Amino acid sequence: MCLGIPGQIVELDPNRKQLATVAVSGVRRQVNIACIVDDAHPPESCLGDWVLVHVGFAMSRIDEAEAAQTLAILTELGEAQAELMAMRAGAS
Amino acid sequence: MKYVDEFRDGEKARVLEREMRALVPRLPIVPGRKLQIMEVCGGHTHAIFRYGIEAMLPAQVELVHGPGCPVCVLPMGRVDDCVALAERPNVIFTTFGDAMRVPGSKKSLLGAKGDGADVRMVYSPLDALALARKNPDKEVVFFALGFETTTPSTALTVLQAEKDGVANFSLFCNHITIVPTLRALLDTSDLQIDGFIGPGHVSMVIGTTPYDFIPAEYGKPIVVAGFEPLDVMHSIYMVLLQMAEGRCEVENQYARVVPTAGNRMAMEAVARVFEVREHFEWRGLGSIEHSGLRMRPEYAAYDAERKFAVPGLRVSDPAACQCGDVLTGTIKPWQCGIFGTACTPETPLGALMVSSEGACAAYYLYGGVPTSAGSR
Repeated sequence: MCLGIPGQIVELDPNRKQLATVAVSGVRRQVNIACIVDDAHPPESCLGDWVLVHVGFAMSRIDEAEAAQTLAILTELGEAQAELMAMRAGAS
Repeated sequence: MKYVDEFRDGEKARVLEREMRALVPRLPIVPGRKLQIMEVCGGHTHAIFRYGIEAMLPAQVELVHGPGCPVCVLPMGRVDDCVALAERPNVIFTTFGDAMRVPGSKKSLLGAKGDGADVRMVYSPLDALALARKNPDKEVVFFALGFETTTPSTALTVLQAEKDGVANFSLFCNHITIVPTLRALLDTSDLQIDGFIGPGHVSMVIGTTPYDFIPAEYGKPIVVAGFEPLDVMHSIYMVLLQMAEGRCEVENQYARVVPTAGNRMAMEAVARVFEVREHFEWRGLGSIEHSGLRMRPEYAAYDAERKFAVPGLRVSDPAACQCGDVLTGTIKPWQCGIFGTACTPETPLGALMVSSEGACAAYYLYGGVPTSAGSR
């Protein structure tokens, strides 16, 4: 029910500023972008944005740096594990 | 697919699996009892079963599948109201597909459609508004349900209808809110939940600060989580790490989508159109104070409850249903007396068997039922 899917804004509607076209895995659909625009990020600057789409509304702009940081934490956990395993193997 | 595939990496999942096992000696485990972590959101329940996440957890940890499937907690009387609205002459009743098969006391919306009512599935409330524009001689009612994730979309659709002067559009409002529900759960005397996986997409709207009371007043950790398998695994690991380190906080695993303060535009639209109900009835949990929303009097013209006579009768759940016990983690789905016999996804009796986000349907569809009872 609370499903959301990442999509990229590929086209703006010049006549209706609250609407844009989003591409989700090759499917294009018009969505409402009222919730992701403000003075600091007006509709004109939304082209190319990756957004989380829920029932026809873009509800959040996906933060690339945060996504990268989460993945980096997981990668580091894996590297630390590999190092520990190598240390154990070396000690035996 | 960007922001999806990289969070489904099996190698990273195995790293998290090993990290969780390594934490076990430091966890506050009471002999004879497993640590219980509740995932609040039905989307997480679905992901947990689809990706077999429970099987990757340490044996000392188990998941309790919470009340966050709005379709599942919808009381039968409300479904009857939907059917009554849909069967009015001149009404086109529009709904998300999830709600079509929820049983009412006599029939579901799908049953009503079969009997000739004009019931249509839509992807977005905006599609329902478009139907209203296309059919000016009909009354188009949209079945508005869902938690805070969905509420802004219906609020904005009503504001759009008002702006465009579309008078033949209305909402049957059944929106619910997560915080009073979590508080009611935490106040349940036999609840033994040790920590929570917080709902990611609800939080993208309301932010993470509304959960501060969970560690502050109840001393339990909560980690707001994304929906890909690595997100869910990582969040469970973060809850366990808090327990191991003796910390108790609100943490945000899903920061790529969830800002701490939530979405201001979305919350403003919701506050303009909706107000809190004193009580709202939940299937399996009973009445919870301030857990539902209704439309403000200013928007009465768009409120199906005011516009049409809605029966509004309370109907008890079937006596054999133990949905409430499953929702609070007292029993597992397969311990219910009618699981998989009288109650199946094809012919659901209880609410949790209706949607694939319901704990019972997820167990039924993806397995997870142990061969020897009591082994988990």
